[in-house]
Amino acid sequence: MLDYLLTDDQKMIRDLCRQITDEKIRPVSAKYDETQEFPWDVVKVMAESDICGLYIDQQYGGMGGGIMELVIATEEFSKGCGGIALAFAATALGTLPIMLFGNEDQKKKYLPDIASGKKIAAFGITEPAAGSDASAMQTTAVLKGDHYVLNGMKHFITNGGDAETYVVIAMTDKTKGARGASAFILEKGMKGFEFGKKEDKLGIRASSTRELIFTDCKVPKENLLAKEGMGFIVTMKTFDKSRPGIGAQAVGIAQGSLDAAIEYSRQRHQFGKSISSFQGIQFMLADMATQIESARALVYGVARMIDSGAKDYSKYSAMCKLCASEMAMKVTTDAVQIFGGYGYIKEYPVEKYMRDAKITQIYEGTSQIQKNVIGLALIKEALKK
Amino acid sequence: MKIVVCMKQVPDTTQVKIDPQTNTLVREGVQSIINPFDVYAIEEGVRLRERFGGTVTVVTMGPPQAENALREAITVGADEAVLVSDRAFAGSDTLATGYILAMAIKKIGDVDIIICGKQASDGDTAQVGPGIATQLDLPQVTYVNKIEDIKDGHAVMHRMTEEGYEIVQTSMPCLITVVKEINEPRLPSLKGKMKAKSAPIKAMKAIDMDVDESRLGLTGSPTWVSKIFTPPSRPKGEIFEGEADACADKLVSTLKDHLKG
Ligand SMILES: Cc1cc2nc3c(=O)[nH]c(=O)nc-3n(C[C@H](O)[C@H](O)[C@H](O)COP(=O)(O)OP(=O)(O)OC[C@H]3O[C@@H](n4cnc5c(N)ncnc54)[C@H](O)[C@@H]3O)c2cc1C
Ligand SMILES: Cc1cc2nc3c(=O)[nH]c(=O)nc-3n(C[C@H](O)[C@H](O)[C@H](O)COP(=O)(O)OP(=O)(O)OC[C@H]3O[C@@H](n4cnc5c(N)ncnc54)[C@H](O)[C@@H]3O)c2cc1C
Repeated sequence: MLDYLLTDDQKMIRDLCRQITDEKIRPVSAKYDETQEFPWDVVKVMAESDICGLYIDQQYGGMGGGIMELVIATEEFSKGCGGIALAFAATALGTLPIMLFGNEDQKKKYLPDIASGKKIAAFGITEPAAGSDASAMQTTAVLKGDHYVLNGMKHFITNGGDAETYVVIAMTDKTKGARGASAFILEKGMKGFEFGKKEDKLGIRASSTRELIFTDCKVPKENLLAKEGMGFIVTMKTFDKSRPGIGAQAVGIAQGSLDAAIEYSRQRHQFGKSISSFQGIQFMLADMATQIESARALVYGVARMIDSGAKDYSKYSAMCKLCASEMAMKVTTDAVQIFGGYGYIKEYPVEKYMRDAKITQIYEGTSQIQKNVIGLALIKEALKK
Repeated sequence: MKIVVCMKQVPDTTQVKIDPQTNTLVREGVQSIINPFDVYAIEEGVRLRERFGGTVTVVTMGPPQAENALREAITVGADEAVLVSDRAFAGSDTLATGYILAMAIKKIGDVDIIICGKQASDGDTAQVGPGIATQLDLPQVTYVNKIEDIKDGHAVMHRMTEEGYEIVQTSMPCLITVVKEINEPRLPSLKGKMKAKSAPIKAMKAIDMDVDESRLGLTGSPTWVSKIFTPPSRPKGEIFEGEADACADKLVSTLKDHLKG
């Protein structure tokens, strides 16, 4: 790996997460891929090792790190299993809105338990008819006295059902379109808040993906995040910070597949030689490694820009997610190619990396949506000149 | 509860090499780790603190670089660390080691329970734990695989034997040695790692303890090693080369011949 001049603490985090991955994630990744159960035992290890609160402020029980620390941990875990890593990374997605927009009471109430790993979190905006176009959302929230009443549903929600803390976007004023959405903090067990079916997926099968169903669900007024009408701003600002995490997941998955491919290519013999002695294979490995390193450099660069306190980084956030996820799909597909027929067989590790990589091009905005974000930003910048 | 865990830094290999000239372990070029059994001892100490409160002090006797092992123990939850180190201790056998550690623990004072590993992966004698208990005139329970409860000045634990286990009750304070079945050691925590970086390591020399100098180091070690040697290594295995089918046939017939003897 290129020397990214990590601080001593960041190296410590990387080494610890690597140890967790090698000792606790790799041995169980095939099992959870098969069973689709939630990897609670691994989450417990992450909690005991103080990893769950890595990016949360110290005053709320976290370790006080930033997006860079989140990225380092997510990448390491994803080398072992992109699905298990998501229990951690999607919790960050559900926690960032509270960190960014929560008031003091909300932060005090919700962050410490997430930092300690006692609870995990989730974020819900997607609905069956509102995917890339989130403004088509149907879920409503109506203020009645001291609480809002939510009706509707969300689907494809990561950690859904397993998380205790949810940030959910709902329409408080449909007439205002995108400006009529608001963000709420929900807790598992609130009356009228239930879970629908758990999806059976292609990849990241250790991660749970469920429907959230709201039937006259009463949410106390004080659980409104920011102000009414801020729902989409909360979402966009959250995605700006969380997308490097998906980039890191993609980098980790790709690196995991490359490591496996290098090892295999040295052991597999055809035509009386190890296949790693063929230039055709070496060129593939060289391309894979170069593509991974470029994506990693971009992801780390954006994470550091965010942590430095920069204001406007949506474009770069979208770029690093786009670049890393496209790279991961290509690299993991090539890893399967290097394994030949064995790569297609579940007994070998690379087909899982390929299945896991696909989602990184889809959630938190598809690759096409990232390009929209980048393209619009470019045009906006040109107009300003 | 004041908990002391005795831990030893050992070479990271199960194939310890012996210098044929000096009959001592060759340590150069071998990375050091915490004696594998002592990792379980540390974990049990930390769990006792989590169950009953108190502090965990890790103690090691060894050269200055044994400090690294102590810091590692802090990453998994030890509160304090004591490095017992002095030129006068060099060459100590198990008797002298037990004596020195006992005197160090006496100096630490008011200890409720001392936890040792079952044995060290290099020396392998399993004598140091019982030696410490004897020097301190404390009850000892060896091969512990479960601590059921500690209350009213008594502890109830399970002791692993070849046939099963014994349930033992002992008065406190006491010394125990633990087997790997007792727990599953945790991974380090980030807070532990950060603490370990700067944690003070208390140094204890001969003059800091109340010791009889004739019982230290080589002078205090009646063990006389006449010879240590590496047993001849096993003959190399046979490798069949060629077509897979032919190799398999050859393998099966060779195995059959061996079984016939
Ligand atoms: C495993 C998994 C986990 C998820 N986790 C979460 C979660 O935790 N929280 C959450 O809220 N959501 C989550 N999602 C939802 C995810 O974010 C959406 O699936 C994603 O945003 C795409 O929406 P869609 O599925 O409705 O696809 P659609 O929006 O229907 O897109 C279909 C195709 O059309 C393309 N397309 C759409 N609009 C345009 C356009 N304007 N220009 C060009 N192409 C376009 C898309 O790129 C895509 O290729 C998850 C999804 C999955 C599968
Ligand atoms: C035949 C022989 C010859 C030796 N000759 C020499 C020599 O010439 N010079 C020399 O320096 N050494 C020598 N040693 C090494 C030394 O005597 C022992 O390593 C030491 O006394 C500990 O014994 P052990 O390794 O068998 O530990 P064991 O008794 O197997 O260890 C049991 C437990 O006691 C505790 N413990 C053991 N050692 C320590 C320690 N140092 N600090 C804290 N806790 C500890 C640990 O909890 C450990 O799990 C020799 C050892 C043997 C077996």
